[in-house]
Amino acid sequence: MKLNGAQILVDCLKSEGVKHIFGYPGGAVLHIYDALNVCTVIDHILVRHEQGAVHAADGYARTSGKCGVALVTSGPGLTNAVTGIATAFTDSIPMVVVSGQVPSPVIGSDAFQEVDAVGITRSCVKHNFLVKNADDIAEIVKKAFYIATTGRPGPVLIDITKDATIAEIEYEGYPQTIKMRSYQPEVQVDAEQIKKAIAIIEKAKKPIIYSGGGSVIGNASKALTTLTHNTGFPITQTLMGLGAFPATDKQSLGMLGMHGTYESNMAMHDSDCIIAVGARFDDRITGNLEKFCPYAKIIHIDIDPSTIGKVVGVDVSIIGQVNDVLQALIQSLDTKKLENIDSWWKQINDWRSVDSMAYRTKQGVIKPQTVIEALYEVTKGEAIVTSDVGQHQMWAAQYYPFDKPRRWINSGGLGTMGFGLPAAMGAKLADPDRDVACVTGDGSIQMMLQELSTMLQYHTPVKIININNGYLGMVRQWQEFFYDKRYSMSYMDALPDFVKLAESYGHIGIKVEKESDLKPALIEAFKQKDRTVFIDILTDPTENVFPMIPSGAGHHEMLLAGRDEMASTNDSGLNLV
Amino acid sequence: MRHIISVMLENESGALSRVSGLFSARGFNIESLTVAATNDPTLSRMTIVSVGDDNIIEQIVKQLEKLIDVVKVVDLTATEHVERELLLVKIDVNPKTQADIDRQIDQFSGKIVDVSEDTYLVEVAGQSKKINEFLDSLDESRVLEVSRTGVTGVCQRREG
Repeated sequence: MKLNGAQILVDCLKSEGVKHIFGYPGGAVLHIYDALNVCTVIDHILVRHEQGAVHAADGYARTSGKCGVALVTSGPGLTNAVTGIATAFTDSIPMVVVSGQVPSPVIGSDAFQEVDAVGITRSCVKHNFLVKNADDIAEIVKKAFYIATTGRPGPVLIDITKDATIAEIEYEGYPQTIKMRSYQPEVQVDAEQIKKAIAIIEKAKKPIIYSGGGSVIGNASKALTTLTHNTGFPITQTLMGLGAFPATDKQSLGMLGMHGTYESNMAMHDSDCIIAVGARFDDRITGNLEKFCPYAKIIHIDIDPSTIGKVVGVDVSIIGQVNDVLQALIQSLDTKKLENIDSWWKQINDWRSVDSMAYRTKQGVIKPQTVIEALYEVTKGEAIVTSDVGQHQMWAAQYYPFDKPRRWINSGGLGTMGFGLPAAMGAKLADPDRDVACVTGDGSIQMMLQELSTMLQYHTPVKIININNGYLGMVRQWQEFFYDKRYSMSYMDALPDFVKLAESYGHIGIKVEKESDLKPALIEAFKQKDRTVFIDILTDPTENVFPMIPSGAGHHEMLLAGRDEMASTNDSGLNLV
Repeated sequence: MRHIISVMLENESGALSRVSGLFSARGFNIESLTVAATNDPTLSRMTIVSVGDDNIIEQIVKQLEKLIDVVKVVDLTATEHVERELLLVKIDVNPKTQADIDRQIDQFSGKIVDVSEDTYLVEVAGQSKKINEFLDSLDESRVLEVSRTGVTGVCQRREG
């Protein structure tokens, strides 16, 4: 069959089972858009900014577990997409981004809307391709999806020159299989390593399971829950891992790290056996490495060998799909051989009784924590919650207990403000029957506001919970603690009237200024099943995120609200980000 | 410690920049890097000399293996291997110094590959250490230009 490159590309995407593409047209991709226009099985979502397209594809991928797809033009289309690509890369999200490129004869001539897309994205993709011939399109698309979705997932960029989309060739169909000598993601779990791990687990008197994003991305929630229940061990989860194990289960100690619970961090510090599952010992988790888990033997389970020993040395590493490794552990573990850990639980419950998530309410102001608790109540804990980046992100993670995976969608690694709203749009398209809430702040929301327009056009009703404190709150908090209250550029004057703004985009806007109005407003908003509702909630501008491990401190040195004074202008704090 | 890392990778445009970009992005150090196609024209061999403690070298090897274009990575330093480097050096020569320089070239099994009225162009091959020693043995003010290829190497076992 004779087809042009653009038609071949669209056929390939169809054959991959792609249902949604998020994108924005431009000169270099006009042929592709022409081919898409007659395709009835793929819905194209026309965003208002290419960064929004990639974040939406990302939210779609995180919610559904499928590969997200975005399509952008050359030059500025591609550069606008880079933040989204880097966000997906840092959080290991499967995604294929197709970008247009100037015609191959003019590459390198500084042509109109030309950038070196492969060069610019090299360090923030799992892999990228430049396609200059229509003949190569099918095989490269096949490779791109294969690479993006297997092993440790990540974004793959396909940069296609305009002439390759125009050229007509004989098309023999989409390849069924692909083999690459340089990429073999399938790993057999090493039984020897399982044996070594079990030897450590059987001797543990103070064990803890530390689970990360790999448990969510690797669809290992069930196995993780079984292992945790079979062993009776306490479990703590990272920001990226929330929901893989139910937060309301009594074995869950909550999140760990910089803003984790007291019991999680103290248990990590005192533990003699840490089972790290799909987690990468990020600096937000470990705090001061010299003080990190001084007594523990560490078992590290991960699909990516390069995460082993990258930050901390481990005693046993098990490479493989998290789910396969956990199954192997479950099968090999004789729970009768485990040590009695009653005294460990007693110690943990003592730490729990400190109630590190307690916060003081104040007459006349709405506490942001109260907002998240109300959101949890109104949605019965069943919503998909996306977030932007900052204080509101931490409060959402702390006060909305997630019992299922793929319900908590946030930019954990890169910390990309502006992620929340387009991600919510992608999440709603992936799971249209579920309530989607975007928890955001007055700073973050203004980075991707324009997507409100896309959300009207494509009818993706979400509820925007704007924690409006008039500040770039996390910046303000650090300036209060570490910069002697010199609030440099963290106050945002001249905020828009968000209610009118939402209305001008065709949505519903509600402003909440009194705590008594909070829950009724949320109930009313979630009743509006078919409408996007922007709930602008004025919250306490001085509230800080607690508990907190100040930079440079160890897990056991964390500070609790109301108990500890934050040392201001702490030198080690200034050195860290 | 100094390590020689041999990387077999797909002979595709951009593969070199993926490797060099990885080193700069992750702050790894490169002392030298050589690359050329092998007997299999679809494969290139890259030889990298880097300095770092065991943890850093382990990370370098793992990060290289993670690159999609990379087929195989071997830390040659951990095996029996042969390493070679080629030096081309232009030396100022005059009748007074010529005899000395001839002797040094001879001592290091060097070869004079070009002669002009007052210069020698000399090639010396061998381990980097030998090349360093040869350069050190020359009177610095007589050395006009130096070009080194960087290290290449192979493992001595039949199966690399």
